[in-house]
Amino acid sequence: MLQLLIRRLIYMVITLGLVSMVSFAIIQLPPGDYADSYANKRQQAGIPVTQQELAQMRHDLGLDRPWIVQYGDWVAKILLDGDLGYSWEWRRPVADVIADRLPLTLVIAFSTLAFMYAVALPIGIYSAVRQYSITDHVFSVIGYIGLATPNFLLALILMYLAQQWFGQSVGGLYSPEYQDAPWSWAKMLDLLQHLWVPVVVLGTAGTAFLIRTMRATLLDELDKMYVTAARAGGLSPLRLLLKYPVRLALNPIVATLGWRLTYVISGAPIVGVVLSLPDTGPLFLHALLNQDMYLAGAMVMIYCALTIAGTFVSDVLLALLDPRIRLEATA
Amino acid sequence: MSETAINVAPARSRLKRPEIATQWQLMWWKFRRHHMALIGLSVLGLLFVIAAFAEVIAPQSPGKRNSNYLTGPPMGIHFFDTEGRFHPRPFVYARGSKRDPVTLRKLPVIDPQIRWPVRFFVSGDRYRFWGLWESDFHLFGVEGGYVHLFGTDILGRDVFSRTLYATRVSLSVALVGVTAAFVLGALIGGIAGYFGGWLDNLIMRLIEFIRSLPTLPLWLALSAALPRDWSSLQLYFAITLILAALGWTHLARTVRSKLLALREEDFVLAARLSGCSDARIILRHLLPSFMSYLIVEISISFPEILLAETSLSFLGLGLREPIESWGVLLYAAQNIRAIAHMPWLLIPGIFVILAVLAFNFVGDGMRDAADPYSR
Repeated sequence: MLQLLIRRLIYMVITLGLVSMVSFAIIQLPPGDYADSYANKRQQAGIPVTQQELAQMRHDLGLDRPWIVQYGDWVAKILLDGDLGYSWEWRRPVADVIADRLPLTLVIAFSTLAFMYAVALPIGIYSAVRQYSITDHVFSVIGYIGLATPNFLLALILMYLAQQWFGQSVGGLYSPEYQDAPWSWAKMLDLLQHLWVPVVVLGTAGTAFLIRTMRATLLDELDKMYVTAARAGGLSPLRLLLKYPVRLALNPIVATLGWRLTYVISGAPIVGVVLSLPDTGPLFLHALLNQDMYLAGAMVMIYCALTIAGTFVSDVLLALLDPRIRLEATA
Repeated sequence: MSETAINVAPARSRLKRPEIATQWQLMWWKFRRHHMALIGLSVLGLLFVIAAFAEVIAPQSPGKRNSNYLTGPPMGIHFFDTEGRFHPRPFVYARGSKRDPVTLRKLPVIDPQIRWPVRFFVSGDRYRFWGLWESDFHLFGVEGGYVHLFGTDILGRDVFSRTLYATRVSLSVALVGVTAAFVLGALIGGIAGYFGGWLDNLIMRLIEFIRSLPTLPLWLALSAALPRDWSSLQLYFAITLILAALGWTHLARTVRSKLLALREEDFVLAARLSGCSDARIILRHLLPSFMSYLIVEISISFPEILLAETSLSFLGLGLREPIESWGVLLYAAQNIRAIAHMPWLLIPGIFVILAVLAFNFVGDGMRDAADPYSR
């Protein structure tokens, strides 16, 4: 078990290194550098910049060094000081800008994950046990539509319905009176009242997928001989169901937990933008549209790191759940 | 060997004899049993017909502005008028306009006294069909006025016509993207499966790495890095390539695993022993055996790329006007005010859902049919 853990940890670190390269490449991708866009802005304001000033600026900012040195510098700063660079748009360090909004993204992502599993597992089990019942068909139809509807469209439709029927806006995470209020129980409750919208929007497709997987794998298990044997031996149906087939059918579900997290993180920005949540989504989009590349690169890095951590957790969970994988790792 | 038998056998008996049917026939028989897949296939057929003949089906050109009917709601087609009389030729009610007494904005009002009859095969706006020849032939139009089945947007452009044109762009982006992903996946997966060893290992690690990345943020970041001054056509190809660059991993996996499994099959050994060249083994024996699996993979990755393009364009980082795609049209419905006043701008979204559903059902049907010899 320990060996597996260590191997996975090493793998995770390597992946993180690769991800940092990808993120840095994204920072470097847009043609021109910050000095160019600065010169552009000055030009528009009617104060042209001389070539000399530009060169001086590039030198001060270290933009004239080869990219590998810049990359090394960027990584070293992250590792040593937790410094992710400077956001030109916000005129603050990237780390500060992100720290304001990241907790909400995390809350939304993990609530969505919890929601997905809490809803999908019981429904999946029910659909498998009562195959071809009306409820099963209803859930199948909902599942298909949930899989086919893009997140943002679902958000738009929910917003429209809420507007039409309740005359209430479902965007944002707080009611106006709590917008700038300090944290309190009332604010907490208010947050919970608003949180369900992004959670449902983000979680629907994943829930549909999980229901299908759970139903399919459980159906496979229920057909097997050991189930019949246990039933013949007099084990109560519910106990049997939960103790053996469900436990086996959980394997692929747990194994893909990392991908589900990837999926949720991947969808989070667009939902954040549509519902105008005060999380990292609008921040990320804004940074991309304005080519505020240090902020954008840091966001990509954080999104990737989150999903990699998710993969790691699901690997460990899978090893805990399935002794065969534990043995394979040590063999 | 089955081919010779089929050539001799009369066509009618071939239909009933599974033992001499070709692989594709068996697959079609199995696919036919899947009703939802058949429905999905017809929906897809319809969408592709729309994409191919958008100019003809659309009653007007997508960029044309109707200043008399700005932000107008969808116009219904009627057979019965207000007195309950039946008209064999369908019609829409005429629209007049009056000024809002407060805001002084022009508001369209329905005038039930005047009917604009719908005519088929009319001449209307001129267009270049497929950019090849000029024509003004349209499937339908109304006499004496205008028709906007899905309403108009804030500039008075016909949402129905724009949606039809967008169908062409969205489906073609997905098609080109999937093709590019397919070539990449088949090539890389083929290399991994054929050579094996450390190269296989490296490629599999790479695939795992790419799959652990959140795709949408990466897609967003990559398309944000595209130069702003590119023409819409350049943008179009760049976006498809970006979509393909992250979408090939599924295909590569399938190709690799099938290739690895098939390499060990007896018929490959037999072919090798009878002195077939590598090229002949791959093209004549291996490729046909897993072609069906590849088609399944393609039909599964199609909706993924379609949704990605729609999301990118919706956020304003994908395709941009004057190109219309479903996502570009939905971009206009981004804020709650627009949706509250003009809910019909969400109609292109229905097309997205329909297309993805159809692809999913067809994919499911094909997955079952892909292996006609099972069970």
